[in-house]
Amino acid sequence: MIDRFMLSRRQLLKTSAAGAAFGLASASFPISRALAAAATVGFIYVGPKDDYGYNQAHAEGAAALKGIDGINIVEEENVPETVDVQKTMESMINLDGASLIFPTSFGYFDPHMLAMCAKFPDVQFRHCGGMWNKDKHPMNAGSYFGYIGMGQYLNGVVAGHTSKTKKLGFVAAKPIPQVLLNINSFLLGARSVDPTITCQVIFTGEWSLAVKEAEATNALVDQGIDVVTCHVDSPKVVVETAAGRGAFVCGYHANQSPLAPEKYLTGAEWNWAKVYKMFVDDLVAGKPLPNFTRGGLADGFVKMSPLGPAVSEAARKQFDATLAEMTKGGFSVIKGPLKSNKGGVVATEGQAFAETAIELESMDYLVEGVVGSTA
Amino acid sequence: MDATEIGLWGVPLAILGGAIRVSTPFIFVSLGEAITERSGRINLGLEGTLVFGAMTAYAVAVMTGSPWLGLTAAAFAGLCFGLFHGWICKFRGVNDIAIGIALMLFGSGLAFFFGKPFIQPSAPDLPAIPFGAWSDIPQVQAALDVNVLFLIGAALAVFLWWAFRNTRAGLILRVVGDSSDAARAMGLNPDTVRLIATGVGGALAGIGGAYLSLYYPGSWTEGISSGQGLMAVALVIFARWNPLGCFAAALLFGGAGALGPALQSVGVTQGYYLFYAAPYILTLIIMIATSSPSRSLAGAPGELSITK
Repeated sequence: MIDRFMLSRRQLLKTSAAGAAFGLASASFPISRALAAAATVGFIYVGPKDDYGYNQAHAEGAAALKGIDGINIVEEENVPETVDVQKTMESMINLDGASLIFPTSFGYFDPHMLAMCAKFPDVQFRHCGGMWNKDKHPMNAGSYFGYIGMGQYLNGVVAGHTSKTKKLGFVAAKPIPQVLLNINSFLLGARSVDPTITCQVIFTGEWSLAVKEAEATNALVDQGIDVVTCHVDSPKVVVETAAGRGAFVCGYHANQSPLAPEKYLTGAEWNWAKVYKMFVDDLVAGKPLPNFTRGGLADGFVKMSPLGPAVSEAARKQFDATLAEMTKGGFSVIKGPLKSNKGGVVATEGQAFAETAIELESMDYLVEGVVGSTA
Repeated sequence: MDATEIGLWGVPLAILGGAIRVSTPFIFVSLGEAITERSGRINLGLEGTLVFGAMTAYAVAVMTGSPWLGLTAAAFAGLCFGLFHGWICKFRGVNDIAIGIALMLFGSGLAFFFGKPFIQPSAPDLPAIPFGAWSDIPQVQAALDVNVLFLIGAALAVFLWWAFRNTRAGLILRVVGDSSDAARAMGLNPDTVRLIATGVGGALAGIGGAYLSLYYPGSWTEGISSGQGLMAVALVIFARWNPLGCFAAALLFGGAGALGPALQSVGVTQGYYLFYAAPYILTLIIMIATSSPSRSLAGAPGELSITK
């Protein structure tokens, strides 16, 4: 694998040399700048860069690279998960000379990113999510993701203390493993406070459907639910609607507290700056990039929003204690005895899945206490 | 907050609330399109106008602090889009459907471009009237918080229904829509009438957009409309170009759209994709039930390019 990578680096240098020559020929680039841009890194987002959510979290990570010497950043937003993303990747490679590309959205992977991996074997692709598998997929591809379920567990702890009705709500996009883990973690966090708490989930079916998300939030509050969180691309609508109805909210992806300062409890946020810096440091140092990158609260991949004014002293204490335990590593959200909400056994007595357990990345159940269905 | 249990009552309440909350953009866009189509033109660009109106309203409300100014600006922007469509379509050989599609893409693209700096800030909302104040159940109160635009839309539907039949302007509009030749014989200029009709239609669509960004869901994002403008154009055909029909169809769509989330919230969680398809299935059924191979669409303006 290292050999292959060396080859690709040589190719890469050739490409940059060609780029430099082109820069000279066009006479618009000073030499120093053309040489300084030793590597170009491409970022592709499915939505706007400032959506208070998923894309903003990635764009903040990309922005953190801008100061690094010799690294040139190219970005494109609002790229649909269709053949469009292939065109975007091709133009980043052919026109901008990108040698490392981060297609950040779930649906970019198959078949779009895989097609590009085959077409440009010298370019490195790293996809956000858990899809890359070393038996099935090329070695110039890879995936990176964070154990943000831990953050949702902490959200749940605070929500469990705050809820008076003992009913929580979750507005979710699609029943994929990462979303299910977040829902389950949120409920289990709340149940660590009070085991009678339930969580009602509503799937909207799409990552970004403003009106449906608002309807879902209203329907949850109508059922007496008083703390809401979500897993959609832009939590803005959910946060504003829930707060408007008087419910508390826990955030996701990025910090949404400016949208509802009084009602915002805390939130599970990505810290992609850390992850992207790791990749780019390796790239600059000429080291092979990892294909499988994961990390959680302890590794700084995930962080929590500051606790809001409505968080009680008891909640703050348990939040801090749980966070401290998680940062030690090895914390298990899914641990036995635990049943799914259909009655199946998820974990037996004594069985525990730490955040790193690969089984969690193929989760297909909702745990007991979650009201909802995966299909 | 009061933890009143309403259980299954949540479903009809959500449908009622959803019908009122979600339907308003449908009402305005479909009434606007009804006026335009009655004059014999189709403006498919209203989706773009809706999105641009949402952006304009939000941006102006953020900058001035007044949602009403935002609403006015959105209506004006919509008017400009409509007049532009009407002006281009007056030239020979120009296809109104193609121009509409172009304007749809143009409007959305322009809105995304100018809307960038306004995704983050919060704008003041349009006011709602608490018709549910008589009830002490918070859910009922929430469902009956009716925005003034909904009421204006309802009144407008009745007014247009009356005006199409009983006013001189309504008569002119219908004559132009049914036969350009007859209109010319009467000394009317069909192009001018259509220009005005498309402009008014655009202004109404802009108001619909303002509702989206300034009331419900109440923020500007690029995915705010998710095709509602196009659906509303289809509603006009579904409603047979009748303003009251447009109003009813908009309510139906709003209510049906609320069905999916409401059913999940009371624990009916299987097959939610099917519930989400409910409005479209409903449309299909009604279209099939009311269609006939032996006669043309009842109420269709004769000059409309889809019926010619």
